[in-house]
Amino acid sequence: MDVRFRIFRFDPDSDQEPYYKTYDLTAMPQERILDCLNRIKWEQDGTLGYRMSCAHGVCGSDGMRINGVCALACQRLVRDYADSGEITLEPLPFFKVLKDLIVDVDDFLARVDSMRPYLIHDGVLPEQELLQSPEDHKKVEDVIRCILCACCTGACPVMNENPDYVGPAALVAAYRYLFDTRDDQFVGRLEKLNQPNGVWPCVNHYECTRVCPKNIPITKSINFMKREIKQQIPGTGK
Amino acid sequence: MVFKHDVLIVGAGIAGLRAASEIAGEADVAIMSKVYPTRSHSGAAQGGIAAALQNEEPDFWEWHMYDTVKGADYLSDQDVAEILAKDAIRAVYELEHMGVPFNRTPEGKIAQRFFGGHTKNFGKAPVKRICYAADRSGRVIMDTLYFDAVKKGIKIYPEFHVLDLVIEDGQVAGLIAYELGTGEVHFFHSRAVLIATGGYGKVFKVTSNAFASTGDGLSLAYRLGLPLEDMEFVQFHPTGIWGLGVLITEAARGEGGILLNREGERFMERYAPTIKDLAPRDMVSRAIYTEIREGRGINGEDYVYLDLTHLGETKLAERLSDISSFVKIYLGLNPATDLIPVHPTCHYMMGGIAVTRDGNVIDVNNEPVPGLYAAGECSCISLHGANRLGCNSLLDLVVFGRRAGRHILENLGRLPWVEPPTRPVQQAEDRIKRIEENRSGEKAVSIRRSLQDVMMADCSVFRREQGLKTALETVRSLEQRADNLSIDNGGKRYNTDLIDALELQNMLQLAEAIAASALNRTESRGAHWREDYPHRDDENWLKHTLVQKTDSGISISYKPVTITMFPPKPRAY
Repeated sequence: MDVRFRIFRFDPDSDQEPYYKTYDLTAMPQERILDCLNRIKWEQDGTLGYRMSCAHGVCGSDGMRINGVCALACQRLVRDYADSGEITLEPLPFFKVLKDLIVDVDDFLARVDSMRPYLIHDGVLPEQELLQSPEDHKKVEDVIRCILCACCTGACPVMNENPDYVGPAALVAAYRYLFDTRDDQFVGRLEKLNQPNGVWPCVNHYECTRVCPKNIPITKSINFMKREIKQQIPGTGK
Repeated sequence: MVFKHDVLIVGAGIAGLRAASEIAGEADVAIMSKVYPTRSHSGAAQGGIAAALQNEEPDFWEWHMYDTVKGADYLSDQDVAEILAKDAIRAVYELEHMGVPFNRTPEGKIAQRFFGGHTKNFGKAPVKRICYAADRSGRVIMDTLYFDAVKKGIKIYPEFHVLDLVIEDGQVAGLIAYELGTGEVHFFHSRAVLIATGGYGKVFKVTSNAFASTGDGLSLAYRLGLPLEDMEFVQFHPTGIWGLGVLITEAARGEGGILLNREGERFMERYAPTIKDLAPRDMVSRAIYTEIREGRGINGEDYVYLDLTHLGETKLAERLSDISSFVKIYLGLNPATDLIPVHPTCHYMMGGIAVTRDGNVIDVNNEPVPGLYAAGECSCISLHGANRLGCNSLLDLVVFGRRAGRHILENLGRLPWVEPPTRPVQQAEDRIKRIEENRSGEKAVSIRRSLQDVMMADCSVFRREQGLKTALETVRSLEQRADNLSIDNGGKRYNTDLIDALELQNMLQLAEAIAASALNRTESRGAHWREDYPHRDDENWLKHTLVQKTDSGISISYKPVTITMFPPKPRAY
């Protein structure tokens, strides 16, 4: 089928303003949007900039806005947009554009890092594994799917109103260790989340949950943490 | 700008991260990667990591070692296989202590499952040896090690593409890298370099590998005349999604999935009567292609079915959820009710930069190069031999990544700061300039496609002399064409057009090494199957291949295999 792509272009070294460039392509319905991007770059315009690597939704490189919705270009197929006339590709909203579809993720990653996303175990380690029941393991089963693609943070309406909000991806990382029964920092982690730009700016738009390429129940997880804070730290709440 | 660190690690996958973690705090270590660390391809490993923990049933490191050696079709150095199988147990507990969220047994221990080629009592029946976190084991191990690096404050240079090693009088002086964000070429001064850049499956048309898997690290060493070892051994994973090559983990069969031909027959019963669908990957891939060639592919086409319909929704959700979603997204199928069309996909390279047991790169005379190391898929530590077993790769990364890190630390005191030549970046800058300023050359894409096509047609699961000669000649003519590459992009910022060109030059060199090594080896062993020489020939070929670039072209030599506990026997499953 014939497909028209309308792609956001901006090279701060040479462009005053961002603009959109149109590319026409004949594509198979089952081709990935990423396959199309590759063919545009390889065959039509080598100046096009975007990130990609694994091409099957594991590495998290190719988060972008496809027809207005944040998604991974390697997880969306041409047939998903069969009725839309043209396919518009734009960089993730909220993020600073470095070139075309490539955005600056350093601050995003620093926010994830600020959640101390590693196990803090105070006691002496056993010779074998730390025990954990299958039920306790299940508590983190959803959030360990996170691939840090930043689609959630790009889609979150609160990020634009309050750029200091730590954002959904960082909160998923926080959840991952907060509810890991092997971790000994439960209260410390809760206190961190209880700060003004921790969990509280989330007001349940559910956009993060809708766009997550790994189907993580992000908003629900954030609400779970809010409830935990209210229960564990007296006198809190919005 | 000049950067300076005691130790530089190229590649931020699991091997590089594990080595860095060993060095951090003791010496100044930095990691560079052409992608952001969490995008590295270790994260695509699905099935798990092997260790004889005995959490589900009796198991012993000797059984694991035997399986590794037999899986390798006896081309594994057995002293190395012994280190792996013994250290596996410590290594998995270490990962668990760091926070890796392994699935659990009802008693709260690390759960274990079946996998191809892992058996009890020296081949009698499958054994539950594989520790896993659903089917995203690589991703969670990599994330855990990455955030450990963050915690330790290890300096990371993301989106730096390595161009050259700088070696003066046989000693490491550092390396040259291209910064994607700015287009600048930098010299990194260091006393030791660890190459951990992963595989190069992109040499083949159908692959489970990432676009980034172009073997840049091997190419660095190869260009300097250092030998690559056992390059003819290329693993095709039996179950890639038809057409796409996206991996469906062997755990699907470990959990009970079976392969079916067009007659609905579970054909692996004929090829491996004892362990059937859990035979090693080389055997299953050959079996699938044999079925297809004999007209028993589905609808006469080039695929067979993977049947997971009897596993049930719960098992699929708890243990195979990522692959279930791949099947849904790319094929529109539900593995709980639909059969999955699969065929072999290039997955793993047994060959790589020749190294000692401690990861020290060695020259063709077996002499270590002071300060130069390699670990993980880009290296060949003579462990996986002619065919790697599933779940031995993640294990290799953490066991030998750590050993390389330790060896670097132990030797750092003896490694001087070697003065680089004046303007060490000159050669690399010239190479880039030639591509940038070439207005009349060819673009990378058509050369790359020709490369991937010929390697797939003539150098994949089944090989013959004529085909290998064709492949070698084609690759050599493509190399000449690639001397005259040009690009559209004249910009400095994220010029991935340029990176494509540089990666293609790297891949062509490696393809030549693969084809030349394969042409020379006139026997069939593990993943290297010669239809014109369909038997293993221990008398003449129980030896490792070393391929090296010299002024007069490619030179191939051999070195012996270390055999300790398990003398070679016929390999049946």
